[in-house]
Amino acid sequence: MSFLELKNITKRYGPLTAVGDVSLSVEKGEFVSLLGPSGCGKTTTLQMIAGFVEPSVGTIRLDGRDITRAKANSRGLGIVFQSYALFPHMTVFDNVSFGLEMQRVPKGERKPRVEEALSLVHLSPYAKRYPRELSGGQRQRVALARALVIRPPVLLLDEPLSNLDAKLREAMQFELREIQRKVGTTTVMVTHDQAEAFSISDRVVVMEAGRITQIDQPYRIYEHPETEFISRFVGKTNLLPGKVVTATGAGATVSLAGISVPVETAGLSVGETVTLCIRPEKLHLTAPAGGLLTGRVADRFFLGSQWLYHIDGPLGTLMVVTPNDGSTPAEQGAPVGLDWSPSVVRVHRGAMAEAPDVALEVTG
Amino acid sequence: MSASLPDTAPASPGEETPVRRFPTAPLFLSGPAALLFAALVLTPLFLTALLSFNQFDYATGRTGGFTLEHYLAVVTDEYYLEIFLRTFRISALATAICVVIGVPEAYILSRMTNPWRSIFLLVILAPLLVSVVVRAFGWSMLLGPEGPVNGALIALGIGRMKLLYSEGTVVVALVHVMLPFMVIPVWTSLQKLDPAVEQAALSFGASRATAIVRVVAPQILPGILSGSLIVFGLSASAFAIPGLLGGRRLKMVATVVYDQYLSDLNWPMGAAVAVILLAANLIIMLTYHRMVEGHYRRRLG
Ligand SMILES: Nc1ncnc2c1ncn2[C@@H]1O[C@H](COP(=O)(O)OP(=O)(O)OP(=O)(O)O)[C@@H](O)[C@H]1O
Ligand SMILES: [Mg+2]
Repeated sequence: MSFLELKNITKRYGPLTAVGDVSLSVEKGEFVSLLGPSGCGKTTTLQMIAGFVEPSVGTIRLDGRDITRAKANSRGLGIVFQSYALFPHMTVFDNVSFGLEMQRVPKGERKPRVEEALSLVHLSPYAKRYPRELSGGQRQRVALARALVIRPPVLLLDEPLSNLDAKLREAMQFELREIQRKVGTTTVMVTHDQAEAFSISDRVVVMEAGRITQIDQPYRIYEHPETEFISRFVGKTNLLPGKVVTATGAGATVSLAGISVPVETAGLSVGETVTLCIRPEKLHLTAPAGGLLTGRVADRFFLGSQWLYHIDGPLGTLMVVTPNDGSTPAEQGAPVGLDWSPSVVRVHRGAMAEAPDVALEVTG
Repeated sequence: MSASLPDTAPASPGEETPVRRFPTAPLFLSGPAALLFAALVLTPLFLTALLSFNQFDYATGRTGGFTLEHYLAVVTDEYYLEIFLRTFRISALATAICVVIGVPEAYILSRMTNPWRSIFLLVILAPLLVSVVVRAFGWSMLLGPEGPVNGALIALGIGRMKLLYSEGTVVVALVHVMLPFMVIPVWTSLQKLDPAVEQAALSFGASRATAIVRVVAPQILPGILSGSLIVFGLSASAFAIPGLLGGRRLKMVATVVYDQYLSDLNWPMGAAVAVILLAANLIIMLTYHRMVEGHYRRRLG
């Protein structure tokens, strides 16, 4: 049996279902991320595990024990709150030391452990400050140190790194992963940064409007998104509406506005409406006549290690990402060809939903 | 701001000169209140202070001239000393009891969900709608020799007790009148707390009591502080409660001032007592404020 188990958890606030029928099993020592757009119920789910919100329906088991109705202060979890929830009247040192004090760790042992936790989050020089004398990112790191120092069996992190700069965030991600490997802490992290979710999680749970839509390894979520929503929410994607024209046992041909492209999805039937998803980095720029499509560079953006192109063509504007290998990029307005291998095309059945919701496209 | 340098560029006609003007808006906005304060508080206070230095002639009842004799009389007379000490003892006791009752009351109130919270807030505030005099009479009827409390004591076989005209009665009645002034500031500062902070304490395994003592109480200390100052100040200058429940013997400073003005007709003496009360009150409150708030300024801002 798994270490932490949520079974058919539902939370209703009046008519609103904040979390609907969520089931999730987390193994001991596993790092799981909850990923989803704002307001999809990530915090609510975490708060139910923590014991601050009582589920309307369902059970939560921890290490075989039913904790659904257990008091929050009997669960022994380490929590980083989305609002940090530091004790404003205590110094950074006392904030971090509070949990140890509650665990009745002897005073002499507390000091080195607090100092270790503070140095882990690069805050050693700030031990004597009060929370209101810190920046947002520093407060967030105090919250992290405070949760880590008690070495809990389960860590619940609600967007623990959202306020840090890119470098520090990467360093903290690495630390989190290290701690989790060394100590074997089971971790559930909420994030809306998909790069973060992908880089440190064993598994990613994608939530949408209170429900779990996919639980999988990061790379499978990216490569095999189960819904069109996920493919749009996770990373950038080109969505192309089409119709199946031929279907065989191993694949099919789809007509995209008159252009036939092969796909490797089995089980499609002729005449079916489908949506093809192709990740921008799976498209290659070729000489104008050398690909499946032709187009023209409408726009290009330099991303450092990559180039992002917007290519106008017969299927509308497509995004293409190419690695920056040091060669001269294609000029704006230049005619180009687009090529891809049939194996990178993901097929979703049914018509494309409304135009991509910009608000949901979280960059990462 | 424009790129030109306002200090050196000569202002062309018709263009607004970028002169730093004295901001008049704050003056206009605070003006009415300041005028009202000056007319209704400072002027009488000033006149009272002036009066307290006047000589008083018992034979003619005339006042005038300059003397410090009233102050000397108050400072040296044990009768006055006792009254001042009693006043501050009663006020301090009433304040302490208000903290002990009012703070938990405010906390419980803040934990209630809405229909009940509004109902109980109203219950706490409702006594303010009734005149203090009426409430004092209520207490005197309740505790009088023929009142229901003594009736119950007799029925229980304990016998009649003298409840009125004691310090205890005055304290109880003061607490009753002052409690809303403690509950409201504490409740306001509880409203400003992030509930997640208390949850954080619980998540580290703190019991509810520990979380309240270690995490909630220190954060609402400013509210408790302002509540205490209000309650202490109002109690020390309370008139109706000691006047009606303290009787002729148990005097507090405000009742002595009243006596000087209206029984002895020695207005300068009454004024001197009032000025000393004001000064003592100010000193006590400022010291208390310094002590408690200085301690927490850096932490809570
Ligand atoms: N106490 C509450 N009362 C009523 N509705 C609530 C309450 N708490 C949360 N909700 C609603 O439940 C839904 C889920 O909220 P939740 O805080 O779990 O979102 P989230 O996924 O954490 O979002 P974010 O990424 O913005 O933090 C939201 O629509 C929110 O408005
Ligand atoms: Mg949230």
